Amino acid sequence: MITAGIDMGSRSVKVVLLEDITVEGAPQLKYSIRKTHLMLPGELDADQAAEQAFGDACRDAGVDRTAIKHIVATGAGRKQVPFSTDNVTEMSAGARGAVYMFPTVKTVVDVGAEEGRGIKTTAEGKASDYAGNEKCAAGAGSFAESMARALQLSLKDFGEYSLRSDKSIPMNAQCTVFAESEVVSMIHANTAKEDIAKAVLDAVASRVCAMVRRVGIENDVALIGGMVHNAGFVAALKKSLDVDNLLLPEMPEFIGALGAALIAAESGAAS
Amino acid sequence: MSAEKKEYWRWEESCWIDPDRNWRDARIVTAGIDVGSVSSQAVIVCDGELYGFNSMRTGNNSPDSATNALKGVLDKSGMKQADIHFVVGTGYGRVNVPFANKAITEIACHARGANYMGGNTVRTILDMGGQDCKAIHCDEKGKVTNFLMNDKCAAGTGRGMEVISDLMQIPIAELGMRSFDVDEEPAAVSSVCVVFAKSEALGLLKAGWTKNKVIAAYCQAMAERVVSLLERIGVEKEFFITGGIAKNPGVVKRIERLLKIEAVKTKYDSQIAGALGAGLFGYTLVMKQGAAAKQAA
Repeated sequence: MITAGIDMGSRSVKVVLLEDITVEGAPQLKYSIRKTHLMLPGELDADQAAEQAFGDACRDAGVDRTAIKHIVATGAGRKQVPFSTDNVTEMSAGARGAVYMFPTVKTVVDVGAEEGRGIKTTAEGKASDYAGNEKCAAGAGSFAESMARALQLSLKDFGEYSLRSDKSIPMNAQCTVFAESEVVSMIHANTAKEDIAKAVLDAVASRVCAMVRRVGIENDVALIGGMVHNAGFVAALKKSLDVDNLLLPEMPEFIGALGAALIAAESGAAS
Repeated sequence: MSAEKKEYWRWEESCWIDPDRNWRDARIVTAGIDVGSVSSQAVIVCDGELYGFNSMRTGNNSPDSATNALKGVLDKSGMKQADIHFVVGTGYGRVNVPFANKAITEIACHARGANYMGGNTVRTILDMGGQDCKAIHCDEKGKVTNFLMNDKCAAGTGRGMEVISDLMQIPIAELGMRSFDVDEEPAAVSSVCVVFAKSEALGLLKAGWTKNKVIAAYCQAMAERVVSLLERIGVEKEFFITGGIAKNPGVVKRIERLLKIEAVKTKYDSQIAGALGAGLFGYTLVMKQGAAAKQAA
């Protein structure tokens, strides 16, 4: 049986196709992944982006899409996938995917483009509690993205620059919009880019950490979402959470889609 | 960024001198300097009455911004800095006004300025500045009795409107009128955060909304945001709005609609309230000093 998970994020669409999943016991994972960027304002509407990402994923995997009977959507745009058979929240999908990757996980930290959250999960991968950034961009990837733009650095360089700094400059502004002005002031004051990058990533990490603390930090802790690619953020978060080990999956931005595909497989097995 | 890139988000600078009066006739000349996060104002007060003002952009250096703001109004009136008896600094950069004799918080100054501009019946002031928003209660003398402020989040501040102005590429002074040029009043944009509202606005444009309709939805969101701040402190008549956003009828009208109260209108530039209040405080202080000196003699 082939099942699919499609994660409609605020910036990109992620698709995971799973085949021959044995949900209990040692799973054999065969998968095909596909990511389509949905930069806003994109060329594509959400439903078109979903269609394109899904079509591409099937083609790459050599799978006839009519053979996929269970498609679970997740993410901010999960209701905009006309061909999905069901949808689940990002919390459910994230917890499920993280526990599949790391069975010992109790706390999942998910930091994407526009959302940051801490999720408490059961051993079965069911989300039992969560706290998120809700209405505010601070504590999400877009905060770092705005600041990287102010420094004229790519997000990747931004993270690497921050690792070269040993200073900790506190940022006053919590709001992304005001923080941008603060970064500009730092640039004017000839603060090294490395130090500014670290100040920004420390600020995001401390915001995220505050959310995770609301659900409780219990080992093991895993970080999922696109911000895993930012080594500076990972280092800052690890320090902020004060944990010895922060589990980092491969392909971190696909964990939500993976979780959705696993949930699809379970519902397929049940029916 | 190209050099000729248009700056949609900035208010025009302005400079004004009362044509019917001469500062040389005044016994006491005081100045108020308000160094804000976005704009700086200098106001000259002659014998406790507004004489002239200059409003300009704040540069990256507060002392220079203060000096330049004052220079504008001095040049226009033929006054020298030495002709001013007392200078009061206010605003976010008030401690960086090098020639100020005293610094007073902008909350006190806005209340005092509003009391002059809107009359002594003003009890509630909404100051919508570049990077913060304050709801202030005052008495008939313009003395602050209570206040609440938001300076943590750009939503509901001038900065939020600037972001939209830039995004739409429409000068900030036109946003208000354009927001009324819609077939039907749209609901407010649902995002609170300015970063998210920006994405939402782009999405609405893509969905076929006109720019004016998006602006209307954003003005409504801003009005709802500041009204929630005002309602926490309560609104007592008369109601007066200061700061840059007071010049945006799109937001003002919507605030009035939500509160079911009309704001007192003024013929002066609403951005000068803080500096005017500072200048008036300066006048009071000089008068007190004079009285004390007389008593000692």
